[in-house]
Amino acid sequence: MKILLNNRKETIESETITVNELLTLKNFTWKMLVIKINGTVIKRHEYDSLQIKEGDDVAVIHLITGG
Amino acid sequence: MNRFFLQIYILYISTIFLTTFLLYKMELTYPEKVRRYLSKCTVGIAGCGGLGSNCAISLARAGVGKLIIADFDIVTVENLERQYYFHDQVNKLKVLALRDNILRIDPSITVKPFDLKLCSSDVIELFAGCDVIVEAFDKAEMKQMIIEAVINHLPGKPLVCGIGLAGFGKTDLLKVIRTGNLIVCGDQMSEVTETNPLTAPRVGIVANMEANEVIEILMSKFKTWNENIA
Repeated sequence: MKILLNNRKETIESETITVNELLTLKNFTWKMLVIKINGTVIKRHEYDSLQIKEGDDVAVIHLITGG
Repeated sequence: MNRFFLQIYILYISTIFLTTFLLYKMELTYPEKVRRYLSKCTVGIAGCGGLGSNCAISLARAGVGKLIIADFDIVTVENLERQYYFHDQVNKLKVLALRDNILRIDPSITVKPFDLKLCSSDVIELFAGCDVIVEAFDKAEMKQMIIEAVINHLPGKPLVCGIGLAGFGKTDLLKVIRTGNLIVCGDQMSEVTETNPLTAPRVGIVANMEANEVIEILMSKFKTWNENIA
């Protein structure tokens, strides 16, 4: 399936994928993250259950100390 | 007879008012119109450290008319390495020192300082009326808190964040990523560590990238505003 990941087109091998599986697949290993799917923030407890679908717009933002 | 003079007088006064008003409208140049428009805008700034203080100063100079600033900290000597404060402001509350500095640039700006450590409900309460919100926190947890609060409770409200700005150099890594109403400025990778401290130029660049994004967002509605007042 094709999704939009951080504004970039990505092709995922499987038909569906959970948020956690996507994080592992794309090597997002940071602790502090905000994940948006189609504009909605995904709550941490949903990472294992929520399925990303064809055409979804996924944004993964790493939060880093410094300001 | 008296009534006649009164009528003439009223006519005279109203003509003067009308002419002044029309002349005033006609005389405004484009940059003046932009400043006039920006003076009606409100921006909320969460955190008044390196990002927040420099961003606020830039927005003040650009002409934003109302700034809502929040921080719980006081100015320290170390802060002067990159934050927009002065030596004689050490030990003062950051929000009050920043308000003074903004007003020294432009006394007509309305500054609302809030001396508090923001939590999710404060963010919603303080910044609901803002046109744009700037995230200028230091800690990653706080950045996460404000992003979640704004996206979940103030949907549609533009939020400009500064993420990844430690160190020096690597100017070309600094970028802006926009997804919907969330705008992230920075390199999204440079974390503050013992060997990678914050430095004034890089913090200043990201603070000003944030301010620049704010102005761009505000200016997206300028055309409509301009047509409505014309």
